[in-house]
Amino acid sequence: MPHHIVPIKAYVLIFGGLLALTALTTGVAFIDLGAFNTVAALAIAVTKAILVILFFMHVRYSPHLTRIVVLAGFFWLAILITLTLSDFRTRSWTPSPSGWQTSTVFRPGAR
Amino acid sequence: MSEAPLALAHQFDDLDQQHEAGSFGMWVFLVTEIMFFGGLFSAYTIYRSLYLEGFVAGSHILNIKLGAANTAVLIASSFTMAMAVRSAQTGKRQALMAFLALTMLLGLVFLGVKFVEYHDKYVEHLIPCQSAGCSDLGMEFAPEGQALPPIQQQHAPLSHVEIYFCFYFFMTGMHALHMIIGIGIMTWLFLKARRGTFTPQYYSPVEVGGLYWHFVDIVWIFLFPLLYLIGGRY
Repeated sequence: MPHHIVPIKAYVLIFGGLLALTALTTGVAFIDLGAFNTVAALAIAVTKAILVILFFMHVRYSPHLTRIVVLAGFFWLAILITLTLSDFRTRSWTPSPSGWQTSTVFRPGAR
Repeated sequence: MSEAPLALAHQFDDLDQQHEAGSFGMWVFLVTEIMFFGGLFSAYTIYRSLYLEGFVAGSHILNIKLGAANTAVLIASSFTMAMAVRSAQTGKRQALMAFLALTMLLGLVFLGVKFVEYHDKYVEHLIPCQSAGCSDLGMEFAPEGQALPPIQQQHAPLSHVEIYFCFYFFMTGMHALHMIIGIGIMTWLFLKARRGTFTPQYYSPVEVGGLYWHFVDIVWIFLFPLLYLIGGRY
């Protein structure tokens, strides 16, 4: 059978790496980096997710069909978040014509 | 291949094709799960940008030590699950059963810690609920005790903090539900492993169950920073 068997050492290394990144993300939250705090937290989370997907979930050793499905899933997620935010974040750019009822609830940037 | 002829379903040419079809099908299901949690994550992003002070206050109310410890527990359970799949691949039945049991145990530890956290929030009146029935049960949203300083510090309107806790309970609750289902799947795998169903030629159910468990781990990898680490603790 051609199934790739990952060495125990590799699993232990990934496990150690994931624990270290968890400690790092918790530690970074106690340092004032301004807006970079969120960027760092997300970058670390993405790194951890990629480690889990590639090694624990064997995508590194999977057929191309599986890889395409995984990539398509995250690509669709990116579309969902990008298009939703491009709506909500730009609503306040163009004022509504006078006389229109505007919602005061969904106006980002106009807190 | 002759060792496990019964494991091959008739619609497949061989065990390899069957194995690949199983993993592929699980990944397609996981993509629907990505979109399911993705909807929650995008709603979270919008409300976080609208009510940042409320989200920072809510995040500072959470117990960061329990959250970080639980992240470590879940990562450890992913590691034991990966080792379970490896034991199945190498035909080590005892090790497979031990690692599956360990994964379930770590999953239960996670849920236990989550229960303690939920109980703390219940005691501090942080369950988002406004109807008359809630106040009869003493469950209306009215933060008290240790929950108050972060709210005052951020000058956050209570209604905004309440929305944060709606997201907190719904997202972590959905995650916990997935874990309970995962523990159910692992119980089934454990019983099949005990009967000696899995061989190095046929272990797809273990692999596919592992994919599900790792996915639930990934969801928490994002939930931890997004719910516990907003705005920094400095």
